[in-house]
Amino acid sequence: MSIIETHGITKRYKNLVAVDHIDLEIEEGEIFGLLGPNGAGKTTLISMLATLVPPTEGTATVNGFDIIKKPGDVRKSIGMVFQTPSSDDILTGRENLYLHSLLYGIPAEVRKQRIDDALNLVDLKDRENDRVKTYSGGMKRRLEIARGLIHRPKILYLDEPTLGLDPQTREHIWEYIERLSKDEKVTILMTTHYMDEADSLCDRVAIVDHGRIIALDPPSALKMRIGKSIIKAKVNSPNLETIRKLPYVSKVEQKDGDVLISLNEAGSHIQEVLCNLGEASYVELREPTLNDVFIQLTGKEIRAESAEDFAQVYARANNP
Amino acid sequence: MTEITGLYALWYRELKVFTRERSRIVGSVVNPLIWLVAFGGGLGSFLPIGSTGYIGFIFPGVLMLTVLFTAIFFGLYIVLDKRIDFFKSVLVAPITRVTLFSGKMLGGCTDAFLQAAILLFFGIPYTAFSLLIVVVFVLLLAMAITSLGLAIGSMLTSFEGFGLIQSFVILPLFFLSGALYPLDNLPAWMVVVTRMNPLTYIVDGMRGALYGINTFPLFLDLGVAALFSVVLIAVGTYAFKRMT
Repeated sequence: MSIIETHGITKRYKNLVAVDHIDLEIEEGEIFGLLGPNGAGKTTLISMLATLVPPTEGTATVNGFDIIKKPGDVRKSIGMVFQTPSSDDILTGRENLYLHSLLYGIPAEVRKQRIDDALNLVDLKDRENDRVKTYSGGMKRRLEIARGLIHRPKILYLDEPTLGLDPQTREHIWEYIERLSKDEKVTILMTTHYMDEADSLCDRVAIVDHGRIIALDPPSALKMRIGKSIIKAKVNSPNLETIRKLPYVSKVEQKDGDVLISLNEAGSHIQEVLCNLGEASYVELREPTLNDVFIQLTGKEIRAESAEDFAQVYARANNP
Repeated sequence: MTEITGLYALWYRELKVFTRERSRIVGSVVNPLIWLVAFGGGLGSFLPIGSTGYIGFIFPGVLMLTVLFTAIFFGLYIVLDKRIDFFKSVLVAPITRVTLFSGKMLGGCTDAFLQAAILLFFGIPYTAFSLLIVVVFVLLLAMAITSLGLAIGSMLTSFEGFGLIQSFVILPLFFLSGALYPLDNLPAWMVVVTRMNPLTYIVDGMRGALYGINTFPLFLDLGVAALFSVVLIAVGTYAFKRMT
């Protein structure tokens, strides 16, 4: 049996279906990612699986326990790290862990050992007696991961584990997550709207949009849907018909004045494509990313709301 | 077992927060002292009130005011808690809502009691009996008002309603309790209103124990205070069970 199973789980708010009849099976020991834009329903789904939000319809089992009938057992089986910092910053790191060891009823004789282990795991032993107020964003997140693990849960939920962290710290957190999965054999269910995060961390990724799962596969298999490589070129009068006829070309698209060509196999064919394409002022060759998969599936960018991305689009539009 | 250690954890947290926010303690001591010295001293200079003097007369009322403000705002603060994910991290722990409420309530109660305890030094001398009775009333009041604050706080989503709670809950409860004036010789409508206000009995009980000036018998004062406290604890527990 899978460690998490959902059966038509649904959450409806007044005039919004946040989660729409999702059926999901997550296997023990894997890192499973829910990838989607903000508002796709990822956090609602994970909150239902944490028994924080009751489903409107359907149900799920976590570690064999029904989330509606046995919420207490579900809570004992899971650890959770929330999107925004949730440690008490007036307390020290160690006090936060002590507090949670009490909340989870960890026996007094192993309490100290567990807290030490958890602090060592996230490299916070040397700052244990400092108030959380003085921690950096990355340290706070690490402390929360330690806190989520203090009662040795079988499953750890991570809701946007690197939201708002700088790139270096993000990679650092990824290392910790990978280490947990490998050394502690914890099943990890995480939500993210970062493509690279899902790509580099997750064994399997479910792409979520409008409360539904629209694709579910290992990242490599998802990317294979697009092809092996992508040529992006700016061409004045592209010779698209010729290109389309080439046997190893899986897809040709025109978007914002750029031509996007997906290839089933790369290697020696790239030259042939370029020769047939016409006079190009700009050429880019790259591996497909989960972002390409997402755009193909939903027809939109995942981070359409980002101001920075908007600025880039705007700059490109005005400087042809 | 988890419920007991969980209860301790919640209480431990509030105590730590209390001891680390020293500025709050200073404020909560200075505030009642201003009442006693400035208000009590000023008004008392031309109010002939028995053997206690006006400052002594309003001492139980000022004690009550301290507990009232500390306790209600402690409870209302869970509006803030709910906004940050810290509270969710407690909600996701395997403890029942009853434990969560009890832990919070005892934490707030300790908070209010410690602040009142500092003020108690200004009421010296006590007999063992008068001190015991005053402490019992302070605790019952703290439990009741913390529960009220938690119940209201669990239903609110922002600080917007705070001013209204001060105008419609705290100040009427306080000013219509006989904290600042004797209960006899009141106009008819105030006789009715003060006797419907549970805080009237708490002030009366404390004043009776301290100075032997009381309108109602002690058992009635204690009974009303205990009932008030039990009812509000029940309301708070119910509100927490419903909170999402």
